Amino acid sequence: MIAEIGHYALVLALGLALIQSVVPVAGARLRDDTLMGVAGPTALAQFAFVATAFAALTACYVMSDFSVANVFENSHSAMPLVYKFTSVWGNHEGSMLLWVLILSLFGALVAAFGGNLPATLKATVLAVQSWIASAFYLFILLTSNPFLRLPQAPFEGRDLNPILQDLGLAIHPPMLYLGYVGFSISFSFAIAALIEGRIDAAWARWVRPWTLAAWMCLTLGIAMGSYWAYYELGWGGFWFWDPVENASLMPWIVGTALLHSAVVMEKRNALKVWTILLAILTFSLSLIGTFLVRSGVLTSVHTFASDPTRGVFILMILVLFIGGGLTLYAWRAPALKQGGLFAPISREGALVFNNLFLTAACAAVFFGTLYPLALEALTGKMLSVGAPFFNLTFGPLFVLLLLVVPFGPLMPWKRGDLLGVAQRLIGAAAFALVVVAAVFAVTSGGPVLAPFGVGLAIFVMAGVVTDFVERTGLLRVPVATVWARARGLPRSAFGTMLAHFGLGVTLLGLVCASTWGTEQIVAMKPGAVVSLRSYDLTFDGTMTRQGPNYRETIAKFTVRQNGTVLGTVEPSKRTFPSRQSSTTEAALMTRGVSQLYLSLGDPNDDGSIAIRLYHKPLVLLIWLGAVVMFFGGGLSLSDRRLRIGAPKPAKSGKPALQPAE
Amino acid sequence: MSLARTRWVSIVLFAAALAAASPSFAVQPDEILSDSALETRARTLSGELRCMVCQNQSIDDSDAPLARDLRLLVRERLKAGDSDAQVLDFLTARYGQFVLLRPRFGWDTALLWGAPAGVLLVGGLAIVLALRRRKDLSVSATTPLTDDETRRLNELAGR
Repeated sequence: MIAEIGHYALVLALGLALIQSVVPVAGARLRDDTLMGVAGPTALAQFAFVATAFAALTACYVMSDFSVANVFENSHSAMPLVYKFTSVWGNHEGSMLLWVLILSLFGALVAAFGGNLPATLKATVLAVQSWIASAFYLFILLTSNPFLRLPQAPFEGRDLNPILQDLGLAIHPPMLYLGYVGFSISFSFAIAALIEGRIDAAWARWVRPWTLAAWMCLTLGIAMGSYWAYYELGWGGFWFWDPVENASLMPWIVGTALLHSAVVMEKRNALKVWTILLAILTFSLSLIGTFLVRSGVLTSVHTFASDPTRGVFILMILVLFIGGGLTLYAWRAPALKQGGLFAPISREGALVFNNLFLTAACAAVFFGTLYPLALEALTGKMLSVGAPFFNLTFGPLFVLLLLVVPFGPLMPWKRGDLLGVAQRLIGAAAFALVVVAAVFAVTSGGPVLAPFGVGLAIFVMAGVVTDFVERTGLLRVPVATVWARARGLPRSAFGTMLAHFGLGVTLLGLVCASTWGTEQIVAMKPGAVVSLRSYDLTFDGTMTRQGPNYRETIAKFTVRQNGTVLGTVEPSKRTFPSRQSSTTEAALMTRGVSQLYLSLGDPNDDGSIAIRLYHKPLVLLIWLGAVVMFFGGGLSLSDRRLRIGAPKPAKSGKPALQPAE
Repeated sequence: MSLARTRWVSIVLFAAALAAASPSFAVQPDEILSDSALETRARTLSGELRCMVCQNQSIDDSDAPLARDLRLLVRERLKAGDSDAQVLDFLTARYGQFVLLRPRFGWDTALLWGAPAGVLLVGGLAIVLALRRRKDLSVSATTPLTDDETRRLNELAGR
């Protein structure tokens, strides 16, 4: 019964979405307030129905109702309760349901908090949002229904994939989807602006908080996924340039560009046409990411061809929205007038540089991910594109971009003075160079470029400090004045500083962990000692333990540093009988922001067990940097001008026809 | 690839940033060469080579039997005195381009390698042109007033 309620609620949501797709647009055309007013309630109701469907599926999982095919295939009655909740989206059908849940949530948020939007814009935005929703409801109902029943209910489920039985699954996919799907709002705003033929600085002010919120979630989602892969996959890597990772990185890169260009548009009324294009591209890349992950095309082009229903459906959605969006853009964008002149050397110029390099970096990822697929589909030739390719193409572009990061915020709007800004950054640059020299002196081995990588990270961070000093007059004026000035700065200024600082932190972690990480691969018998850096690990022995739905072989190690015991670590291997598969649970010992990482291999015949021990210096900075970026975004989001919102139009009867600017 | 394996992979693919891979244990203790310089080269080369039965994994990261065979092969060639390039050539001759994680530049990969630089160049050019055009616009916007306009302005100013 519960599954049927969920199924029915989803059908009702589709019905509402279809209404919301048509009626508000007609209302906006006819300037009919009643018709436009339909959008708000339908958006809220849509969310209520999808939430009902989602709750129904969750209930089926929690009650282990194995008569539902989806639950049977992805759950087990003995699984801990938290994984019964998370396994709702630990499979294709459920994750698509999460996708539309978040989509309808964003629609409902616009309906609830978009009170200060012009009526026609709000109606059109919600209608566009509903076009996307309709397409995906149809996709779920026709090809990926999670509520299908089995003719005979089995006694036990097949269990969730052991790799996914982790708290990472509770955080990573929802955050990632909040980001992916959140960009649909920017897309809907862009399409609405093109339909209305009107776009101004206020538009950017409305779009920016949505983009920022989506970007924040995506940042955290990607970082969480990376950390999850790091501790779960057992060989200590944190980024693999896997197509699935790239699928989430591309919207992030272009979304970052969109955030920056929207600033120019809001403050200076320039880059309007470009910002619209970026908004369309960002969500298009989210859709492409969904296609790559959901269609099975990555597993192999042939699997995709042998069962193409889902893939072709998403491909159609893709063509419809990306093609439609870009066509509309090509048709209407020339009518949008450009405003806000600026010199090449200016804040605007720096942000254009940022956009150019981010776009090129995204192109590197895009071609690296899709080129092998396209080549194989067209010519049958097989090609591999992996980390070495991305390091060579994406790497240099990002290095150049990071070099310019400290210059941007110091540059004045409209017309700047490169030499003046460079002079103000001399301190930061000198400090970075000193660090480079120190790193050269202290370390040995590793690529020659690595100390410069550290220097670049320090330069980015010192640039943020310079920015703060310049804005507050720290060390030049009395403390009270500094305090007053700092308080007077908008929160978005601190948001920028924090986000840029986080970038430096992440870079520092990346460079250090991948350059100066050390490892030991040995076979050990109980009682043996393995040493790495200043750490000595004694293998105390193994034991087995029974978990709720797995058996676990645990190896116990005592960690000592210069004779003092620091503690014990217990890496393990888990075997899941229901799926006849196993996972490696690496043991981590955190020392400051560095980590010792220990994972188990297979036992040998002579009673020894293979172990892999890593020392990863400063590795936690990679993800802490992302957290800092997240909070930077949050600070920016709480900025007064976004809290208060854009100025409302005077409420004098019918809104006057606005001339296209 | 068996159906079970395919399904398994498609489920793992869901966890977006989680690379599709089994919990693995790549380089085994018995594979490691005693010559540490050679071993370092072997590890670097392994990172450039694809485990061809895996999902986008290098042979350095993979625990598949094929990856182990390839790792041993790489070490064998290195011990025999091959240069890094010779090892890569040897493997490419045997397994084709597919084994290289960094595809070689050629007519069929020109677009792949050229795309990022191409976007940078075209984008840069477009920006320069746009700036030029808008400079012209701003110049034309500051053409001197006509006599008629000057007269009207003076009238308005009461001069």
